[in-house]
Amino acid sequence: MTEQLLQLLPFAVILLGFYVLASQRLRACVEAVALQGALISCYPLLLHGFEGQALMLSGGALLLKGIVIPLMLLRAMRKLQIEREIESLIGFIPTLVVGVVVAAGAFLFADTLPLALEHHHSLVVPTALATMGCGFLLIITRRKALTQVLGYLVLENGIYIFGALISKVLPAMVEAGVLLDLLVAVFIMGIVLHQIKREFSTLDTQPLTELKE
Amino acid sequence: MLSLLIIPLPLALLALLIPSNRWRPLLLPVAGLACAALALPLVFSSQLVVGHWFSLDPLGKLVLLVVSLLFAGCGCYGFGYLRMRPERDNRVFVASMLMFLFSMLLATLSRHLGLLWVAIEATTLFSAPLIYFNRNRHSIEATWKYLLICSVGIALAMLGIFAIAYAAVNQGVPVDLQLVTLLQLGPKLSHPWLQAGFIFLLIGFGTKMGLAPMHTWKPDTYGEAPGMVGALLAGGLTSVAFLGVMRGVQVMAAAGLMQSAQRSLLILGLLSVALAAVFMVRQPDIKRLLAYSSIEHMGILAIGVGIGGAATFGAMFHLLNNAFTKGSLFLCAGNLQRAFDSKQLDQVHGAIERVPASGTLLLLGFLAITGSPPFGLFQSEFSILRGAFSLHQAGIGIALLLLLGLVFIGMAGTLLPATLGRSTAPVQKKSFGDTPLTVLPPLLLLAVILLLGLFLPEPLHRLFNGAAALLEVQP
Repeated sequence: MTEQLLQLLPFAVILLGFYVLASQRLRACVEAVALQGALISCYPLLLHGFEGQALMLSGGALLLKGIVIPLMLLRAMRKLQIEREIESLIGFIPTLVVGVVVAAGAFLFADTLPLALEHHHSLVVPTALATMGCGFLLIITRRKALTQVLGYLVLENGIYIFGALISKVLPAMVEAGVLLDLLVAVFIMGIVLHQIKREFSTLDTQPLTELKE
Repeated sequence: MLSLLIIPLPLALLALLIPSNRWRPLLLPVAGLACAALALPLVFSSQLVVGHWFSLDPLGKLVLLVVSLLFAGCGCYGFGYLRMRPERDNRVFVASMLMFLFSMLLATLSRHLGLLWVAIEATTLFSAPLIYFNRNRHSIEATWKYLLICSVGIALAMLGIFAIAYAAVNQGVPVDLQLVTLLQLGPKLSHPWLQAGFIFLLIGFGTKMGLAPMHTWKPDTYGEAPGMVGALLAGGLTSVAFLGVMRGVQVMAAAGLMQSAQRSLLILGLLSVALAAVFMVRQPDIKRLLAYSSIEHMGILAIGVGIGGAATFGAMFHLLNNAFTKGSLFLCAGNLQRAFDSKQLDQVHGAIERVPASGTLLLLGFLAITGSPPFGLFQSEFSILRGAFSLHQAGIGIALLLLLGLVFIGMAGTLLPATLGRSTAPVQKKSFGDTPLTVLPPLLLLAVILLLGLFLPEPLHRLFNGAAALLEVQP
């Protein structure tokens, strides 16, 4: 059961990443990121079984990545009345193609790294790298500040997947700190979003180019 | 030791509660001076404090010394500065400053890579409101870039820490993220994972240091933040981020991978100095010029550790020199910006005539930061160059010398006309002159660098040597 889930989970996670890259509807993107966050919160449980710390880490991630942060973003969207469509610096299909290439690269690269025996079949490392790649692409190619925050969240999701491999060596306090930092980061980004909207009456980051050489 | 950490917290809470906009900033000098008074005996006590989560080794002591003294200076300056800005509510600003101090102190004291990461991430979050203090289009743009780029950088640093931990998990060795454990495990760690981890750590914390090519946020942020925030970022935060990179170097050295770590540091260091030098020529904006100078000096630090030997000692000395000189320069640049209501070269001319003290200090600071004798930076840069030539890295030494020459020309091109000559711009009605609180801190910081250039006291010498010894190839 655990084995099968560990086989299926990577594909769901990576496909959700692709969906965010290709989708033009902002609301759907937030929901996809929320679903991805909820899915990856299973990783500690699947890798380490039901035990105290894994449960806490999973629960914390499910609560924050799956529920609290997406709700915060949806609320920000409502308050700021952001248009639904997303503009991209390069087309959506080209971004998706680059995303697929990055994911393939992640699988090839992860093959060259030595893995502990128990992690050989779980595809954790390539999934983490591919998800991080999707996050990077979102941050680089999207013009809306809110989508850049989504990109940051996808990047964090990728790192969380990798972190699940070593969550045994991380004390609970540090994990709590990591999750708290993520929450505060998104919270502050939300405040800044609000200020950008007030200053420029748009959430496009394109006008944010006055500071340059 | 922990009392040091506990000071800023209640003061930050107090800052949120005090209703008076006029008296609230008094908390800044109080916190700064109290922390400095507690930190100094800790730094110079010979006994080694070793705890499980918190402890102080010479590297931590060095950064603690820099951060606490610089904050004491900036705190006093901040009290004077915020009095000149009564129209702005400073509640969030003062509270964020104190939490920023707390997170920097936490980073210097932590012995656990995870805790160190949390502390450095917290510095990003608490400094964002500081950069946005002026609340205009430019400062919001700078804050957004800073938050986004540094958050991504910090996320990569976390991946690096995870990979370093996996280097042990992979070999089936029980591990935690205590620095002591990782150093003891050393040679047992899996090399590919450790190398990958170090690269991510270097890129991540390097983003916060402002090493090229991850430096893009730095000119914008330092350009738009108030002078005292620029001073704290360029002097304190970069040193803390450098400490994060050095923790990675320690683990690499323990695992016998020092050469690979040094190679990466040299590449990023040389790239930073070269890129900064190019952008400093004909730079019309004084604060952006100082930001590029900060990128340059972060590069010099990386090169110093990258060369090793005598150069590592030079880099440790340089860390202190750069922090204090850059702090002084940013505080003076803030004074000039207020006096002329601009930081662009076409508006700022002949500052020595308009604000004699700040103008003179800026000119002296320029001489210091470009490594002119008799300031401390001459000594530290000389040690780094000597290290390069004595360790058969003459090529790097010559390249560094040429680039330093270019930097001198670039900085002179902007800062000489800004300070010397006749002041042409009309004096505004509400012009700000020099006040004791805004002149004394940069003066004292620069005086320390001058004295250190003339005479390096024995305790400091020991401290630099101790810190450098941690970064040597372990036998």
